Parts: sequence; C-alpha cells; structure tokens
Amino acid sequence: MRRGESRAAHSSRKVSAVTALPTETRTPRTATRRGRRAGAPYSFLAPALILFVAFFAAPIGYAAYLSLRRVKVSGLGLGAGARTEVWAGMSNYARSLTDPDFLPSVYRIGAYGLIVVPTMLGLALLMALLLDAGRTRVGTFSRTAIFLPYAVPAVVGSLLWGFLYLPRVSPFTDVVQLFGVEPPDVLTGSWVLWAVANIAVWGGTGFNMIVIYTALRAIPTDLFEAARLDGATDKQIAWRIKIPIVLPSLIMTFVFSLIATLQVFAEPMTLKPLSNTISSTWTPLMKVYRDAFVRNDIYSAAATSVVIAVATFAVSFGFLKLVGNRAFNQED
Amino acid sequence: MTVSTVIPAAPISTAAPSGKRRIGNRKNSTLATVLLLLGAVYCLFPVLWVLIASTKSSGELFSTFTLAPSTHLFDNIGDLFAYRDGLYWRWMANTALYAGVGAAVSTLVSAMSGFALAKYDFPGKKFVFNVILAGVLVPGVILAIPQYLLLAKIGLTNTYWSVLLPSMISPYGIYLSRIFAAATVPTEVLEAARIDGAGDWRTFGRVVLPMMKSGLVTVFLFQFVAIWNNFMLPYIMLGDDHLYPLTVGLSGLLNQGANQPSMYITVVTGALISIIPLVVLFLSLQRYWRVDLGAGAVKA
Repeated sequence: MRRGESRAAHSSRKVSAVTALPTETRTPRTATRRGRRAGAPYSFLAPALILFVAFFAAPIGYAAYLSLRRVKVSGLGLGAGARTEVWAGMSNYARSLTDPDFLPSVYRIGAYGLIVVPTMLGLALLMALLLDAGRTRVGTFSRTAIFLPYAVPAVVGSLLWGFLYLPRVSPFTDVVQLFGVEPPDVLTGSWVLWAVANIAVWGGTGFNMIVIYTALRAIPTDLFEAARLDGATDKQIAWRIKIPIVLPSLIMTFVFSLIATLQVFAEPMTLKPLSNTISSTWTPLMKVYRDAFVRNDIYSAAATSVVIAVATFAVSFGFLKLVGNRAFNQED
Repeated sequence: MTVSTVIPAAPISTAAPSGKRRIGNRKNSTLATVLLLLGAVYCLFPVLWVLIASTKSSGELFSTFTLAPSTHLFDNIGDLFAYRDGLYWRWMANTALYAGVGAAVSTLVSAMSGFALAKYDFPGKKFVFNVILAGVLVPGVILAIPQYLLLAKIGLTNTYWSVLLPSMISPYGIYLSRIFAAATVPTEVLEAARIDGAGDWRTFGRVVLPMMKSGLVTVFLFQFVAIWNNFMLPYIMLGDDHLYPLTVGLSGLLNQGANQPSMYITVVTGALISIIPLVVLFLSLQRYWRVDLGAGAVKA
C-alpha cells in the first residue's frame, strides 16, 4: 500500500515537472491569434461575468445603496405615502457599529478564530507530516478517517456534537462520574466558545491536512535524502526542509481558514436550540440575520453586511500582502 | 505553476524510495501510529455515535449508555420517512438537485472562463482576473443576505432558482480552472485545431474539455460539497419547507425537538442518513481530492 502510494506520488512529481512550464513563453503565439478571434474570450467569459455581476457585484452594490437609506415615516405612519425611503448618510453604519451587540460578537469571533485557526492548522500540519514521514501502517486508514468530517455538513456535524455535549448523552459524563467528578455543561457559559470551536476543528482539520499532505508529496525526495544521509532526524527534516517548502500551502490554508472563521453561522445556529448561552447575535453574521429577518431592519443589516464583506476582504488581502506572496499567482 | 491534481493509483511492486524512507529509528513509528490513530478516533467518534444512537428508541437516547446499541433502527427509519408524508425524501432530492445541477453548471462556467483567462490575451483580462480573485476572498455566504435583498426585489426568493442561481458562480472554481487550463492544455494543440479549421467553441468542446477533465472533476467536487453542505443561503432564501435541502430541514427538526423531545431520535436518524451519500461519494472519489492549493502562490 505504502509502496504503491510512494510510486504514485513519484509519477505525479514527473507530471508536475512537465506541466510546470511557465505560460509566459507561449504568450507571443497566443497574441497572433488575437486579431482573428477577438470576440472568443469574451463569449467564453460571458456566463461567468453575468453571474458574477448578478450575484456578487449587484448584491454588494445594492447592500451598499440600502446601507445609506432609511425609512422616513410621516404623520402616523399610516397609508401608502406615509412611509418613504430617504437618504440616511452614514447613520446606519453609526447605528450598526455602536449597537451594544455588535462589538461583543466581533470579539467573540476574534477569540473563536484565535482558538480554531492555529489548532486546526497545527493538527493538520502534524497529521500531514506524520503521514508523509511514512513510518506507520495506519496511514491510509487515518488519512481517510480524518478527512471524513469534510463530507459532513456543518449543520449535521454541529447536531452530532450538540447531542454529545448534552450531559445526559455525553459518554464523558459517565466516565468522569466514575471518579466522582461532576463534568461541566459545555453548552453553558464560556465553555460554549470552545464547544463551537471544537466542531470547526473537527470539520476542517482533514481538508487542510489533505492540502498540506498533497504539497508534501510533491517535494522531490532527493531534497531530503541527502539530509537524511547526513544524519538529520525526521523532526529536523520536517522543520528545516519540508515546512519551508510547503509554506505557500500553509499560507493559503490560513487565508481560507480565516475567511471561514469570519463567516461562522451554521454551527452556532444549529447549537442554539440546545444552548441558552448562544444568543441571536452570537456572531456578526447572526446579528445581520436577526436585524434583517427578526427586526425587519434591512438598512442596518445591509450596513453590517457591507462592513463584514469589507473586513473579510481587508483581512485576507492584507495578510496575503503582509507575507509578501503575490496573491494567487497573478501572471501579468 | 505546479499542479498535481490527480495522483493515479498505480499498483507497483518496486519502489526504492519508500523502502529507504522507512529505514531509520523505529521509535518514531509507534508515536506516529498512536497520534494518527488518536486523530482517526476523534474524527470517527461522532459518526460512530450517530450510527449507534439511531438504533435506540426515543427513551433510550437519553437513558442508556452512549455507546450501547439497541434494536430500533428500522422503526426510526420508518418514522423518519413517515414524517409529514415523506418530507425527508423530498429534502434529500432537493439537496441532490441543488448540489448536482448547481455544481455541474458552475463547473462548465468555470471551465469556460478559466480556459479564456489562461489561453487568450485580450483587453481587460487582468481586470477580470483581479475581480474574480476579490470574489475568492469575499465568499458568497457573506453575500447571502445582500443576495436575498436583491432577489426579494424581483420576487425570486422562496423558489428553487433562489438557491440554484447563486450556486452557479464560483470564483474559486474559475481560479482553479484557470490553473488547470494553463497546465494541461498545450498551446500547440490549440494551434493544430485552428489549422484544421475548428472554431473556438468546437475546439473547446472537443479538445479542451477532455484535456481538463480530471481537473474539472475536482472543481465539480469542490462546488458539489460546498452546495451540499451550505446552510445559510437556503436558510435565508427559502420559506416553504418543501423546497428545503437537508441541512435546513434537519436544523428545523432539531428546533422542534425543544418542544417535542420524541423528535430528537428522528433528527438523529435523519442526520445519519443524510451523511451516507456524501461519505460514499468521498470514499469512491478520494483520489481527486489532492489539490495543491499552494501551487498558485509559489510561482517564481
């Protein structure tokens, strides 16, 4: 099993070596075709552009517009002409940012991110390195098992863990009680943050592990064979050779994990019926949901949406700039 | 631009490197095995629990030991499917529709635009690519509420379209397709097709798509899983529970359990059955899940 894999990985290295030709060398020839079929690239791009405008650009634009509007009620607010939409300036932003529920939800998401991202990526890297070092017979089994939660929707994962957190169901209750200790109810108080974080770590580690593992398998063996002959240990090889080489993969998994953290919604929404601690504004996106659908204040919801979208973009883009990588392989 | 998407599983008997890599201190191997098994147990435990829990009766769920199986699996499945004249089946079918159609259209759209961005030179190319990258960094879920506000304006909310249409565009799918097209479609082949008199669309359908096939399977899987697992978009868009996908339906069932504890066992059984299709899909297509995310960023 192990051998087949290694050989397979080996052949992929050859494939990637072949495909690694820089595309720039081909550009001149592509350019010669330009005159003849100038319209072709645009027709290939048309469906994507139409959908992008309709479901990315237009919603952001419409939300930005709504965030600057408000309803003006004249008289008693009765009759068709009594409620009109007028310009509101920045008042929705002021209102949504100073909402007493907003900042706590931002801090909560910050703390959640500080728990989830390092834990998840640390575990993913550790598991990927262990798999790659190839000193075990349980590699294929463990790889499949750890990847499996990615196939489980966040809602279902939260549902399963939610039941396991209930003291009446949790197996830990039985075990801990054997020692005469009363276990904490993880669905209450400050435990909830950890309870939700655990679901995210459970669901995300496998995917990130596979991404890192794939990158590790693509490292040519001779890069660390020499180090091994010189007596380097697995740990030294991992720290000094493998991790620096897969750093770009780690950066990308970091950015995607960060984005996923900022938009956490399904897990706390699912756990909500099981826990009184999770409020309807537990995360920023939940607050947007409450404002839009419970309070029917779409203007404030729109303002908060715009803030979250801009913040997500700023954080991920800023991080990519900070690490000095040219974001996403831009060629020209 | 190194892409190693698919690693063909070749049954090979001689592999010198792996033999060499296994030599060394044997101490590590026990620790590695233990850690990997711990990881596997942690990941499998909730799945094992749901398997066992769905065999319990409603009363046993909260009274017997967590991992003690019982004999009520088929009763529970019967109850689940009887729930409101088989509404659960409908959720399953809806989920398959959203994920299947959404991912198929999205893959085609991504392949076309990825190919155009990789293999053509045209005014505005850089701008289009940068805009799509910005889309990767601002995922659709954050836009769900703005999308709702806009679709509500034209009366499309609470329809199949309200979930399908936003699922058809995936900036990340376009980004991946562009890498795949650049890596797998040689310009010489396109030139040859052109000399043979094939038009752009014919070349795309007959030559480019087959070459990009394995990469496109990955794009399809990514989008399929994203839609299958999506909760927020359908949760916001849909009001009629006959249009729900599994995620929204199960979340609603769990909410009912608060007033009607006998629903809990139905929720647990529903959770078990809902993960079977995707787990099967994963195990059978595992080899397509080897995407080098970092590939894009390492380019010299």
